Amino acid sequence: MMLVLLIAVPLLAGLLCLPLSTIHRKAPFWLSLAALTADLLVAASIWANCQTDAVAAASAGRWLISFRIDWIPQLGVGIHFALDGLSLILVGLTEFLGIAAAISSWSEINERAGYFYANLMFTISGILGVFMSLDLFLFYFFWELMLVPMYFLIGIWGHENRAYASMKFFIFTQAGGLLMLISILGLYFIHGRATGIYTFDYVQLLRTALSEPEGTWLMLGFAVAFAVKLPAVPLHPWLADAHTEAPTAGSIILAGLLLKTGAYGFLRFVIPLFPAASAAISLPAMIIGTVSILYGAAMAFSQTDFKRMVAYTSVSHMGFVLLGIFAFNEVAVQGAIVQMVAHGISTGMLFFIAGALQERMHTRDLTLMGGMWSTAPRMGAVTLIFAAASLGLPGTGNFVGEFLVLLGSWQAGAAITAIATTGLIAATVYAVWLMHVTFFCSAGTEWKFPDFSFREMAVAVVMIAAIVAIGLYPAPLLKVSALPVRAILNNTYVVHDAAALSQQSRAAVKPGVIR
Amino acid sequence: MSLNDFQALMPLIIMTASPIAVMLAIAVSRSHRFTAALSLYSIYVALLALAIAYPEAPRQVSSLIIIDRLALLYMALILISGAVVVMLSYGYLNKCSVNREEYYLLMLLAMLGSMTLACSSHFASFFLGLEVLSISLYALVAYPKQRIGQIEAAMKYLVLAAVSSAFLLFGMALIYADSGTMALSEIISKTAGAHKYTLPFTAGAAMIIVGIGFKLALVPFHMWTPDVYEGAPAPVTAFIATISKGAVFALLLRYFGGTVIIQSDALFSIFAVIAAASMIIGNILALFQSNIKRVLAYSSIAHMGYLLVAFLAGEQQSAKISTFYLTTYFVTTFGAFSIISFLSSEDREADDIGYYRGMSSKRPFLASVLAAMLFSLAGIPLTAGFMGKFYLISAGVSSGLWALVITLALSSVIGLFYYLRIIFSLFAQAADNHTLQPRISAAGSVLLAALFLIILWIGIYPGPLMDGIGAMIAKPF
Repeated sequence: MMLVLLIAVPLLAGLLCLPLSTIHRKAPFWLSLAALTADLLVAASIWANCQTDAVAAASAGRWLISFRIDWIPQLGVGIHFALDGLSLILVGLTEFLGIAAAISSWSEINERAGYFYANLMFTISGILGVFMSLDLFLFYFFWELMLVPMYFLIGIWGHENRAYASMKFFIFTQAGGLLMLISILGLYFIHGRATGIYTFDYVQLLRTALSEPEGTWLMLGFAVAFAVKLPAVPLHPWLADAHTEAPTAGSIILAGLLLKTGAYGFLRFVIPLFPAASAAISLPAMIIGTVSILYGAAMAFSQTDFKRMVAYTSVSHMGFVLLGIFAFNEVAVQGAIVQMVAHGISTGMLFFIAGALQERMHTRDLTLMGGMWSTAPRMGAVTLIFAAASLGLPGTGNFVGEFLVLLGSWQAGAAITAIATTGLIAATVYAVWLMHVTFFCSAGTEWKFPDFSFREMAVAVVMIAAIVAIGLYPAPLLKVSALPVRAILNNTYVVHDAAALSQQSRAAVKPGVIR
Repeated sequence: MSLNDFQALMPLIIMTASPIAVMLAIAVSRSHRFTAALSLYSIYVALLALAIAYPEAPRQVSSLIIIDRLALLYMALILISGAVVVMLSYGYLNKCSVNREEYYLLMLLAMLGSMTLACSSHFASFFLGLEVLSISLYALVAYPKQRIGQIEAAMKYLVLAAVSSAFLLFGMALIYADSGTMALSEIISKTAGAHKYTLPFTAGAAMIIVGIGFKLALVPFHMWTPDVYEGAPAPVTAFIATISKGAVFALLLRYFGGTVIIQSDALFSIFAVIAAASMIIGNILALFQSNIKRVLAYSSIAHMGYLLVAFLAGEQQSAKISTFYLTTYFVTTFGAFSIISFLSSEDREADDIGYYRGMSSKRPFLASVLAAMLFSLAGIPLTAGFMGKFYLISAGVSSGLWALVITLALSSVIGLFYYLRIIFSLFAQAADNHTLQPRISAAGSVLLAALFLIILWIGIYPGPLMDGIGAMIAKPF
């Protein structure tokens, strides 16, 4: 029930935001903040419960907490939520960045605020659903559902070119999603015909035996959907537009969380469901990851728009995640998970800064900026720290993530890793350059605007604390993610509780009607 | 004819009597309110009569008509939709100052034709039903004749429908010449035996497909659709988009569904090409429209293409799944056309997309309902359209129609573009202080709210509806 609560709290808060805006202009803001904080506490309590070693060891390859009821029994669809270490980390990140996104909208959103916070809350509850669903139908349901409020966030409260950006975002992800739906159904029927049990339940589908071409095609359907979200290079064009045109909160959610759903999909679905087929594409995937790293960095360096530039650094950073996932060893995959968290925090904060700058300067054009350190030293210092995080400076979480990814992928392919490592140099170039053109070099105009307020500083301090904590002491994070990573790589996910679970669901899932 | 035959025919008898009753009522005294109420109540009585006919199903009444569960299910669908259309028409015509009463006469006749199609088991009843439907529609399209586009639409519909009827008749003649019978059951039993698919038979069937394809507005027989959708009054457009297509689809299921379509490679290929072309061309042409009725016209072409994917899946499930899809499509289409018809006034149809710009700030309820309908057409979760599309894809995947399924997925991505464009303008800033008139009556709001809730209900919990449809067409053929 805890898991249903996690999703229901932001959902209900979102519904309440609509009428609340008529009572007081800021009421939806406070309600959203309260809902997300409550949610974060729930996630933290689950985290605390699973911290003791005994529980963690006992739950190797098991779910820390799970929930299942029937939804459409005729089709073998159930509402099946569960958390393991991986999803728990991402759920925590979702609520953490959700709070940052809500706070960033305090002064930016004045128009139709109730509706804005409602959409923000719906997106977050959709993302939580994606991270917790263990039924492929339910997963697809949330996967599509989180797009709609995001579309509205970009389309209504976005910047100049919002219509184009929101549509491009929606169409790219929807195209990937539909291919995934075909794959899901393909898997469903293959499993159903082989075993006589028609079900969308992840745990049962894990054991599906697939022949050679089948597995590859079905895997590609999933992989395309996740690669669009990640984004991996040929499928990335939606990203820069969507991130640039979205309001600050939208950019934070997009970069911090929506991209992570792609990486999560690879880890949760592609590798465990199609171990052989995904091992077969590991080299191409690592090459795509490396290309993304270098291409993203090169594109970031050539941008003149603050948000667009940060958006392209995401392509580069998520390239490391892809590289790590397909290196197929524990170190690299753990590195990818740390990188996901660190990238969520650092890029989220850079978008927060970009939003704050835009509010003050009414421009995102880097060529107009410069020499702002004297005007806004606090802002400058925060930007410096996150630019450093972005280039992977030791002491920040990004360093740990990238280091582990490279360490792991070295074992999988030394040449590729060597090329990918040059991405770190490229990152240094764009990050230092960003600092230079915004806060250091002198510009034609003398900018005068207020520095970070208390509200903004509070967010910054928490974010700095988080990124540095991961950088200096990543052990708790690694400990939580270790077991799921091992389960994913060795495909031992269900061995322990398959019996228990399938008994449970065999009782619930009647043979499929479709045939 | 025994008493049981009359019992089975009761819904049709009532629908035949009701236009006569309406005609006599008009002769006595003209009252829009009374005529509309009389039509509505006769539809309700016919719905009750379905329950009387139900115990008799399946029953072959003469060789012309078969009252089985499939027929009853589609008759129910037609009658319920007809009730909605009559309600919409009442609100719409109330704003007009012409003679309004004869409209209901034509509407009831068109429904009678549709119901005949749903239970036809003989070429004679097929053609009879189709012509009763078509001829009523020619007049309905042009009905209040306030605008020039209406006459153009009616003429176009008349000429093209006549041509397609000619094809249909020729096709029937070919099949009759080849098989020596016009009764469906005998034709099907011949195809199963040694007779198989000779060239004249296949040619005849292909020509019948022309006639059916015209009514369903499938590519390449779709040319009339955008003009007629645009020109006809909104309630009549809703009728053409739903009831007329649903009735013809029931006939398609009966004549070509099940084994027939799988046995013949030629027919299968014809339908597969038509389905793919409808999905692609319908969606692409919709991109260039700025009139919401034309957008819905092209989108209906694409949706009928989607529907054929389930039809071609050819398993027993396909009748069930396509009926489910059709039901969700009906509800969604009614939602969209209700809004258009509520917002239209005597001299102009509310069909320009610019007219809807910024609607969310002034009429949030209407904007939300319209957005939900468009999301449903686009197949986004939480709406009925999502479940419909999900079932369609599952039918296609389960029969291994990979090419068609992938066409469906990719072309519906194109479709997203124009739905989103309308939704975007609903939620955009209003251009100026243009007013969205007229106000909507309380009854209208209740209707919209009901359609909205049905969309959500099917979208979240489709099990009961699917079971209900499944129970009705457990053995369709």
